[in-house]
Amino acid sequence: MILTFVEQADGRPDRSSLEALTAARPLAEALAVPLAAVLFGSGAVAVADELAAYGVGAVHVIEDERLTAYAPAAWGRSVAQLVSATSSTVVLAAGTDRGQEVLAYAAALLEAPMAANCIEIRPGERFEVTRQRWGGSLLEDARLDGSVCFMTIAEHANQPEEARAPGPVSVSPFTPTLTDPDLRVRVVARVAPEVGKISLADARVVVGGGRGVGGAEAFSELEELAGLLRGAVGVSRVVTSAGWRPHSQQVGQTGTRIAPDLYIACGISGAIQHIVGCKAAKAILAINTDREAPIMARASYAVIGDLHAVVPAISAEIRRRQAS
Amino acid sequence: MNVLVCVKRVPETGGRVTLSADAREIDTRYLGFTVSPHEECATEEAVRLIEANGGSSTVLTLGPEAASDQLRAAMAIGVDRAILLETDGQDWDPMATAGAIADAIRAESAAGVDYDVLLFGNEAADSGDFQVGIRVALALGLPCISGVKSLEIKDGVATARREAGGGWEVFEVPLPAVVAVREGINLPRYPSVPGRLRAKKKEIERFVPTARPAGPEKIRLRLPAETEGRVEILGSGAEAAPAVVDLLQRIGVLA
Amino acid sequence: MIGAGIVGNSMAYHLARLGWRDIVLIDKGALPNPGGSTGHASNFIFTTDHNKEMTAFTLDSVRQYKELGVFTQSGGIEVARTPERMEEFKRRLASAHSWGIDAELITPDRIRELVPYIEESILLGGFYTPGVGVVDSLRAGTLMREAAVEMGALTVSALTETTGIDVVDGRVTAVHTDRGIIQTEAIVIACGIWSPRIARMAGASIPLTPAVHQMISVGPVPAFADTVGEITFPIVRDMDTNMYERQHGGDLEVGSYAHRPILMSPDDIPSIAESAQSPTELPFTDDDFDVQMEQALELVPEILRDERVGVRYAINGLLSLTPDGMPILGETPEVHGLWSVAAVWIKEAPGIARAVAEWMTHGTPEIDPHSSDIARFYDHQRVSAHVDARSAEGFNKTYGIVHPMEQWASNRNVRLSPVNIRQRELGAVFFEAAGWERPFWYGANEHLLAEYGERVMPRAAEWESRWWSPIINAEHLAMRDRVGLVDLAAFAIFDVSGPGSMEYLQGLVVNQVDVKVGRVIYTPLLNGAGGIVADLTLIRLGRDHFRVVTGGGLGMRDKKWFADHLPADGRVQVHDLTSALYTVGVWGPRSRDLVQSLTSADLSNAAFPFGTARTVDIGSVRTLMSRISYVGELGWEIYAPMEQGLKLWDLLWTAGQPHGVVPVGIGVYATTGRLEKGYRAHGNELELDFDLVEAGMARPTVKDADFVGKTAYLAQRDAAPVSILCTLTVDDPTSASGVRRYMLGREPITKPDGGFLVDAKGRRSYATSAGSAPSIGKHVLLSYLPPEYAVEGTKLAVEYFGERYPVTVAVVGSTPIFDPENARIRA
Repeated sequence: MILTFVEQADGRPDRSSLEALTAARPLAEALAVPLAAVLFGSGAVAVADELAAYGVGAVHVIEDERLTAYAPAAWGRSVAQLVSATSSTVVLAAGTDRGQEVLAYAAALLEAPMAANCIEIRPGERFEVTRQRWGGSLLEDARLDGSVCFMTIAEHANQPEEARAPGPVSVSPFTPTLTDPDLRVRVVARVAPEVGKISLADARVVVGGGRGVGGAEAFSELEELAGLLRGAVGVSRVVTSAGWRPHSQQVGQTGTRIAPDLYIACGISGAIQHIVGCKAAKAILAINTDREAPIMARASYAVIGDLHAVVPAISAEIRRRQAS
Repeated sequence: MNVLVCVKRVPETGGRVTLSADAREIDTRYLGFTVSPHEECATEEAVRLIEANGGSSTVLTLGPEAASDQLRAAMAIGVDRAILLETDGQDWDPMATAGAIADAIRAESAAGVDYDVLLFGNEAADSGDFQVGIRVALALGLPCISGVKSLEIKDGVATARREAGGGWEVFEVPLPAVVAVREGINLPRYPSVPGRLRAKKKEIERFVPTARPAGPEKIRLRLPAETEGRVEILGSGAEAAPAVVDLLQRIGVLA
Repeated sequence: MIGAGIVGNSMAYHLARLGWRDIVLIDKGALPNPGGSTGHASNFIFTTDHNKEMTAFTLDSVRQYKELGVFTQSGGIEVARTPERMEEFKRRLASAHSWGIDAELITPDRIRELVPYIEESILLGGFYTPGVGVVDSLRAGTLMREAAVEMGALTVSALTETTGIDVVDGRVTAVHTDRGIIQTEAIVIACGIWSPRIARMAGASIPLTPAVHQMISVGPVPAFADTVGEITFPIVRDMDTNMYERQHGGDLEVGSYAHRPILMSPDDIPSIAESAQSPTELPFTDDDFDVQMEQALELVPEILRDERVGVRYAINGLLSLTPDGMPILGETPEVHGLWSVAAVWIKEAPGIARAVAEWMTHGTPEIDPHSSDIARFYDHQRVSAHVDARSAEGFNKTYGIVHPMEQWASNRNVRLSPVNIRQRELGAVFFEAAGWERPFWYGANEHLLAEYGERVMPRAAEWESRWWSPIINAEHLAMRDRVGLVDLAAFAIFDVSGPGSMEYLQGLVVNQVDVKVGRVIYTPLLNGAGGIVADLTLIRLGRDHFRVVTGGGLGMRDKKWFADHLPADGRVQVHDLTSALYTVGVWGPRSRDLVQSLTSADLSNAAFPFGTARTVDIGSVRTLMSRISYVGELGWEIYAPMEQGLKLWDLLWTAGQPHGVVPVGIGVYATTGRLEKGYRAHGNELELDFDLVEAGMARPTVKDADFVGKTAYLAQRDAAPVSILCTLTVDDPTSASGVRRYMLGREPITKPDGGFLVDAKGRRSYATSAGSAPSIGKHVLLSYLPPEYAVEGTKLAVEYFGERYPVTVAVVGSTPIFDPENARIRA
């Protein structure tokens, strides 16, 4: 069986998990094994139908009131116990924070290997995977050997696709055996996002600023444009290293991975460490004085010029059209 | 308080990456070496913890003799001790790496050094395995928090925060604990000249770790296919604004 | 124009200014910083160099940078930790005075006043130049490039990589790039460390090597927190540790030339795409910098001991080194129309660009680039084994105390005279010239010291007894008394032949060449502006056959000059016989007796007068004997096939025994013998910025035939000279501490009170040459003096190691101080 850890919120599966299921399905077909999902938390049952559309035949819901709050070690042990109980040979998850973390625990508990951020899995006597290294700027072909193999699927590497012939889905609860040490690590509090604030990871438009912005003050121009577009501001590593903006706005290998409809890259040259964080954008508009900056090779659209002239002009034009 | 920070020597990439002839490594002829930004922050955090709480910090790496440079870089910003688990330079898989680090920590404990906080970067810059810290924690029976961007230690309890969905998740664990940190937890300092000179003179404790390869097993590296897009120039300077707004409306991000 | 660093941009500007149009500037990198050495340069300019040419380029560059508004004057202090360095600063001050630079020696307290963060207790003093400063070289390049575009002269194409150069019939025709082909008749290679690679595409060579210069930047420096702009405090060069420390905004940059030489091959430089930073900013190797770090800590402890000050940037920057430390300028000898402007640093780039642009435009640069001329290299100096060895050896001399006669240690014994084995037997001490090992003096002559006693003018001071021996003066006296053998294998010799030879040479040299066969002609050569480009000897061997004999050091340059002026119709050929012909000089009152004993030819003055040449069989060797002398004695230069050189030497040596023959080294030939006779040497007295009238070399009449520079020469003859070359004698060489001191050349000549002598063209008077004149028992100097001081008997002074020594103008013009009637030569 192929077991996929599915993340959900309010009864809807996360898009990344659907990407993982989309990657899992052909694998299940090739191995001629059923595709199952494991979920945590209330509302998990409601997700089952939607998962069926992605080819999931069995949904395992972990039931334990102590696990309502996210508890990575306990979640991992639960998955590990389910793997053993269901004799799963392949365990997948999305390459999200939780996906990586839960699978790493489960793999460690079962002393099994885990390949993170795979973009291709080739079944065979042993699994051969292609996975991302260096945040995706380099690929690795690797072999995976073990009675159970754990793999996470890189985010934004594919599009979620429903199965052509979805079958019936069974829903069964699973009660793990947990000890106190498993529960030491769990979310004890949450700080909600600021009201009305659009998170960088989810924004449809991201207005990015790099070294070319020139200083902390000048970001007001970018903030204004992002506000008009109901988007978020993102920055390159140079900007956070200089202390101009907080790290939470950093886009890139060691910051946030974004996948907006449009990324407006202002004064960003386009170092590879930044590109891997924004390459999932549907389109990139580069605003740069240097026509030959590396970002231009990645951009679909460009304006050549000083961002301090261009960005306010765009904001003014938006206002003008909105007013008329 | 004793703090351990684990780092990994990686090439300092910036330009176009080229591969070695056998495609198993990056061609590092023109490259310097460093550790991942996460680990730079982990190292800074280790120094700050000792500055605030007293005690001793130790940096550990598994890698070739040349990785002494990265140990010295950590000592240059204030880490007290360094341990090199010396390999022949081949990449170790994450299970083998975690096993060797756990062995070393047990050996330290046997020698009377018990760590209160074991810091890791959330993932290595090169291999991006996302699991070494967790595997070490489980091997040692310690709690582990990943993705940490804020850490407070008080009365034997670590309070850690990480970003989630635009807000924060807060964790509390008793020490000793493993903490895998992310860039942004702090702004690392640059080494001072005296710091570098002190680091040069310090001993590096060397051990030969036992290798227990378990996978994944690297076959080869590949460069992703370049998607050489054709950029459409919308105009120059402020005059391009109407064309930009047309585009925003066309692709539907502006009503 | 290939390369858009400071050199390429400056070249584009100056060519445009001089009227060139349709210039294309290409670079494989992006603008304004395409990734070459300009982009990471520390950008500061210290003006004083012992080398006149480099100083002139630097001063001109500072003037241009100021005009562009990109120069920030900060002052600069070179500091001394050792007494040797303090002595060097006195010598440096003399050079500053010779080249007209405002500088002074200052105390440690004064250093601390100017640079408050320095630890003055470890210093003995400093050499302070108020005019030192920093430039924004990228900005300067942009401004010059834009100015050329403004003039409608320049098209700029960045991100355009040169892939090939077409050469047809020895002349460039096109540059191939990854974006198309450019047809052109002139290509300038301004590619810094990549220059050898580009030159090779055309089959030419630019012998430089990329080398690492380490630099770190630390900050934020609290002491700089309140300063405005890039630099407030003077730049410090810590000469004894080969390092510099300079403010850069809130940071302090520390650079080093002290680490081991780290050379690279131009083929091993990463591409722009492959580079983490830029192709010339390589990863820092901190092991190489450790020792320097400790030394820097000693000098600027207040900043570097501060734990809050971090190392924010550290690179192994690449720059260009050459085998002799000089730039590589001019048209390549291999390919017409292919110009090199390479191994040029920020401090001298615009000045060099102006000179090369003038050179390309009308052939007459204002500043004489002869030491930097690409044509100076022999083939053996173009091979990487030589380039690497000498560049590595030279690297650590960047801030060194380099004696003017200091010899290279690496890659020696490259060119050996056929009599080298005898020279070794005679205990020769070898100095190198153009790769040739030449005896400077012979240990076997030590016994002459007893013979001549105090007349050898022994030297007590260490500096001027370095690379010197009193044996030189003893050899000199023995030659004057008896006869000496001088090995001259290093001469460069070309034969000019063909039906157009006479006409060709007549148009090229100043003096009359339409002379009888067998006549020897000494003549200068001028450029179109009347500047002196060479002086050499011609021998008319036949109606259509001349032999050119010139110094080894200048041979390749002179050869290119001859080749460049050859008529296109093929009626004249130039053949290089340097490696085919051996030369030995036999000079002294008994030289005739010596040679006569070996030949039946009539060598009497009547039969073989001065200034003639004849074929003479000496023993079993058929030779060409030419009766001339550079040492002012009766005698001959004798030419023979190279492989018979040893036989000839042995014959002369054996026959000379009854005449008391001595082997005589180049110390006599190039210095003492020459100076006593007031003979001018190229590179010393003869340079583009002096003319024949000033040099006292104008003949009473000018030949009717036209020749290069004639118009200018005639005008010079009509004008009153602005300076006149004189021979001066040192009246009393005793220093304040009672030691006799002997100048070595390039020292300022002043009024007795120390006031500088400046001629109407703004040139200061300095000793163009200096050396012993053992025959008259004086130390003599040659110097161009303004006419009011060029009067025999005028009392002046020479500045040497911080003291003034009284000198007297002994001779005005070219009359020799020894044997003014030239009776010996004509004996």
